[in-house]
Amino acid sequence: MRTVVRVTERVLETPSTVTLRFPYEAPAGPGQFVMIWFPGDDELPMSLSYTGGSSKGVTIKAMGETSRNVQRLRVGDAVGIRGPYGNRFDLSARRVLVVGGGSGSAVLAPAAESAAASGAHLTVALGATEASELLFRRRFEDMGADVEVATDDGSEGTHGFVTVVAERLLATERFDAVWTCGPEVMMQKVARAAGPRNVPVFCSVERQMKCALGMCDACALGPVHVCVDGPVFPAERLLPLEEFGRSHRDPSGRRVPFGTR
Amino acid sequence: MRADVAELAVEIGPLRLRNPFLLASGIWGESGESLAGAWDAGAGGVITKSIGSAPRPGYPNPTIESYSDWGLLNAMGLPNPGIEEYPREVAAARARGATVIGSVFGGDAEEFAELARRLAATGVVALELNLSCPHAEGYGTEVGSTPDDVAAIVRAVVREVRVPVIAKITPNTPDPAALAVAAEKAGAAAISAINTVRGLAIDATLHRPVLAHGLGGLSGPAIKPVGLACVWQIYSRVQVPVIGVGGISTSEDALEYLMAGARAVEVGTAVARDGIGVFGRLVSGLSERLDALGYRSAAAAVGAAHTAPS
Repeated sequence: MRTVVRVTERVLETPSTVTLRFPYEAPAGPGQFVMIWFPGDDELPMSLSYTGGSSKGVTIKAMGETSRNVQRLRVGDAVGIRGPYGNRFDLSARRVLVVGGGSGSAVLAPAAESAAASGAHLTVALGATEASELLFRRRFEDMGADVEVATDDGSEGTHGFVTVVAERLLATERFDAVWTCGPEVMMQKVARAAGPRNVPVFCSVERQMKCALGMCDACALGPVHVCVDGPVFPAERLLPLEEFGRSHRDPSGRRVPFGTR
Repeated sequence: MRADVAELAVEIGPLRLRNPFLLASGIWGESGESLAGAWDAGAGGVITKSIGSAPRPGYPNPTIESYSDWGLLNAMGLPNPGIEEYPREVAAARARGATVIGSVFGGDAEEFAELARRLAATGVVALELNLSCPHAEGYGTEVGSTPDDVAAIVRAVVREVRVPVIAKITPNTPDPAALAVAAEKAGAAAISAINTVRGLAIDATLHRPVLAHGLGGLSGPAIKPVGLACVWQIYSRVQVPVIGVGGISTSEDALEYLMAGARAVEVGTAVARDGIGVFGRLVSGLSERLDALGYRSAAAAVGAAHTAPS
């Protein structure tokens, strides 16, 4: 079943990223996603960037044609929602390192917010192509997190990948858990840095999705189905997989290396 | 082990299945590792996605409309990696010991035969012909809705391969059993029935069909009576084994299909509701039920409802 709702709020988060808020009652937790249908266009899996109460939200980066169209939606426009689907972040850790690359912060922010509200201490390593693209920086700061940034062009913070920041933090501070979302190669590096220090790492991964019900196999990643077994996985489950960080499947089910189309 | 436990293994022509529960085509079949997962979960055999000549992305989303507990409407649009890429997935499933049945779809007899030849070369134990997808232009039902079309395709494939050929027929025609009869005459080793029932979902708020493709195919508990009726009719008109498909989510459903005349069954939509663990539960449930009814084997129950005491 799906519910047609009207967009109640539209926020331009960065030059390439838009948040849409809409009323949706179904209980949801940080990490879960919805299938959001843009009538006349595609239906996409989107992690909820706002999970609490009756006003949910998704945060969309302009990537393909659909996500660009979606950004043109206005308050009052209709979208179809089904879900929430998938699992949630385990929020029990007390000292958490959050590592977000690009639009990965969309799913990490509500997890961090919930954890912070129950007294967890959060350190956030945030990466983006340039300073203006750092997603939810202010939101993380507002929840009391220590935020460190890295930008590809050096326009702010560390010049280079956010993994450099994460590796340094892991070497100098103690954490009970790492939560990460972003490009798979980034998550892979973070997991490899945390592993030897015995800090459990949880990754939110993305795959092609169609049914979101664990049936069609579009989101198959090795032995798991991201839609029902994930999208949040302990890194030790992902690291041994041949496909993790290397390839995904296109809509036909063909394996495609990351970085190609 | 108790001596009176019913034998679950069944034979589909020369093919022996460890139990009657097959993973239906289209479910968990894009990757070999998923096929192996379904086998490990207890399926008696696994059927691949329907494979075509070229990679095919399928239709855009929405491809699924879910009706809580009674059904699913889908128009996936036959997504598949194509015959060039797919053999590696079959190999991955076979490496884990799975009994793999290949499914193919083509636009005409020649294309079916070529695909069947190439998929048979991967070591699949049988081939199921998708003559029945209700929502793909130029394929499925569109090439499999008359006895002559079905016969021509089956004949062409049977000439090309040594493995048993299973014709999967559509319920979206006035006389599905006539298609089965034609397939048998053309050399099919078994008939599977049914594929999904053509359906449509409309969103009234938006004044439009929900699925991107518009028309789709209905599966799940709602279509069980339709599948049972087709199996019932086909069983009385052909000699070859029938494989029942449509709305099987409990062992009782499976037993009903056996009694209607099915020698094996395919399970698909139940995986969405109950997870892949459904296979283990179906196997143990059927075993218990056959024991309770005094059947010594699953095969002994096949067609039982046709000879019911009056």
